[in-house]
Amino acid sequence: MQFQHRHILGIKQFSAEELNFILETSASFKEINTRDIKKVPTLRGKTIINLFFEASTRTRTSFEIAGKRLSADTVNISGSSSSVVKGETLEDTARNIEAMHPNIIVMRHNASGAAAYLAERMGCSVINAGDGTHEHPSQALLDAFTIRQHKGKISGLKVAIVGDITHSRVVRSNIDCLNKLGAEVWISGPKTMLPPGIERLGCKVAANLTEALTEADVVMMLRIQHERQGKTLIPSLREYSRYFGLNDKNLKLAKPDAIVMHPGPMNRGVEISSVVADGPQNVILDQVENGVAVRMALLYLVSGGEKLAEN
Amino acid sequence: MNCILIKNGRVIDPANNIDKICDLRIENGKIAELGNNLSDGGADVIDASGLLVTPGLIDMHVHLRDPGLEYKEDIISGTAAAAAGGVTSLACMPNTRPILDNLAVCRYIITKAQEQGTANVFPIGSITQGLKGEILSEMGELKEGGCVAFSDDGLPVTSSELMRRALEYSHTFDMPIISHAEDLSLVGNGVMNEGAVSTELGLSGIPWVAEDAMTARDIMLAELTGGHMHMAHVSTRGSVDLVRQAKARGIRVTCEAAPHHFTLTDEAVRGYNTNAKMNPPLRSQADVDAVRAGLADGTIDAIATDHAPHHFDEKNVEFAIALNGIVGLETMLPLTLKLVEDKVLELNRAIALMSYQPARVLSIDRGTLSPGAVADVVIIDPTLTWEVVPQKLHSKSKNTPFGGWIMKGGAVKTLLAGKVVFER
Ligand SMILES: [Zn+2]
Ligand SMILES: [Zn+2]
Repeated sequence: MQFQHRHILGIKQFSAEELNFILETSASFKEINTRDIKKVPTLRGKTIINLFFEASTRTRTSFEIAGKRLSADTVNISGSSSSVVKGETLEDTARNIEAMHPNIIVMRHNASGAAAYLAERMGCSVINAGDGTHEHPSQALLDAFTIRQHKGKISGLKVAIVGDITHSRVVRSNIDCLNKLGAEVWISGPKTMLPPGIERLGCKVAANLTEALTEADVVMMLRIQHERQGKTLIPSLREYSRYFGLNDKNLKLAKPDAIVMHPGPMNRGVEISSVVADGPQNVILDQVENGVAVRMALLYLVSGGEKLAEN
Repeated sequence: MNCILIKNGRVIDPANNIDKICDLRIENGKIAELGNNLSDGGADVIDASGLLVTPGLIDMHVHLRDPGLEYKEDIISGTAAAAAGGVTSLACMPNTRPILDNLAVCRYIITKAQEQGTANVFPIGSITQGLKGEILSEMGELKEGGCVAFSDDGLPVTSSELMRRALEYSHTFDMPIISHAEDLSLVGNGVMNEGAVSTELGLSGIPWVAEDAMTARDIMLAELTGGHMHMAHVSTRGSVDLVRQAKARGIRVTCEAAPHHFTLTDEAVRGYNTNAKMNPPLRSQADVDAVRAGLADGTIDAIATDHAPHHFDEKNVEFAIALNGIVGLETMLPLTLKLVEDKVLELNRAIALMSYQPARVLSIDRGTLSPGAVADVVIIDPTLTWEVVPQKLHSKSKNTPFGGWIMKGGAVKTLLAGKVVFER
């Protein structure tokens, strides 16, 4: 299969076939990460700029390591978002970075649509590392990869995603990705965190946490950012953990072999109890590990993918 | 004697219930006579066969940006856009720099429009000084200076008590209050209509109830005070219903709707199209249908554009930080004629909504072809098809979501007091 996309802006642009192809490609890169010398010359001489307008050590580091393991030169640029700090516009920033002739820009930005905006104006490839509350495709892909690793398949699984659905870009990408790969996605959270029309993205809205968790194969908990979302969505973290948090008791509603995921960083004792976070069903560190392989695959694929044979 | 004879047009004058093919003679800037086979006795003759001859259109909701923000628009470019759209009279909102809350700004606008403009400009003074929502503006003096209404448009009057006093006080001078109805606490950091599209795009939503709740309050205050409350740009099913019920109960409330709100839904935002970002936001199909129904049954009194020019740089940014508003003066007429084609409105009602009726809301002596009236006339070719090319708009700003659309119908000649100010 020939990979046809110059940019990776969201899951929406991919067919099921393409998603599977990305996951296959990721699998072939995963092996490299377990070698003693974790470096291949695939992207030697290419420049990757990690342009992070929003702090995210986890995603940025994952992309940075992915680039380095492919022998690319990776540069990190962090900026404050234009909505916060007046001055240079995103278009100005794009032009300036373009002038440095990168091959790939990996961007995180707090405005939904920012990655697409940049891609329209850039000659190089753009990979969306999270735009506002819109998409976070590499996270969804690493989640799918991790599910497949543990379950052997995705099709037919019941995946429950719980937490602040409204403000999560991970959710939008995950619903689309898992849906296309044949899973049944259920979402749950307090009504204040469920946006209208979410079911039109291809998921089912559970009436409560019990319905979401019952018979689930995969339970994905989202991070609650009480301080960022204003204080009107939930009365307290204490109450949230009581009604929407995952603990060893309500996890029993899920299938006995269900896996527990979290995009991190976790609020222990809020959306997930420590017992579960450290328990046998959690695959959270696998997600982190797989993130590097998936991002290597994405960097490789947008570069044209022609050099893999040389490895 | 300066004399023009417009021959054989379909003359539509809703104010006088006229819709017939005849001639129209203009003398010294006034309507002289309507009739068949009028003699041309030395007049300039305009052949209007196959064309509509109507009162010059009136747009009661325009942001001219002058004084202070002339890089977006000024009185000259704004009235040129008006003339090109067949609009001969417009009312301009007070959110200029400085704010139109005093006589000096009011006089500046009127004088500049008279000396250099190509449309009549009727200023709207602010309800509160500096649009701060704290102290009432000097409404008596502003009326004397030429203001035709009061509005803090762009912002709601948050304090219910102050809105009550504004209605009472303006009532003293028999002037309407124009409300921009928006409960800001419900708007929050919303940037588009709340619904499936905002959810999908990951943009914060503005729920319809933010408009409805404030509309309900304002209507009740109109009932309490007996003042004239005019609701700007109604965009939701709920607010159309509220106005309908209020009118049935005899409350003194009028309202307007904007062409974009009866033409587009929030689907237009897809692709993070900042030219589809406005306030109130583009709503759902059910809301569009309700606005159309309100136009059809007379609940909505006027079509007004909320012409809101912004510079390219203010729109060429991430959606969340783009400024609200679109230009509308040059697309109002064809978008309204589309309602006729869609059988939502009769043609003469469509013309009334853009002329006679807004004139009545603002009590201005325009919008009619009665003999003796000022000869503001527009000759419309209802079959003219043209493409909206943003760069060709007369407005200084090009922020329209209709770029590339093929429009049907347009002004071919616009006459202001008997003088041709636009010709296609
Ligand atoms: Zn307004
Ligand atoms: Zn306005």
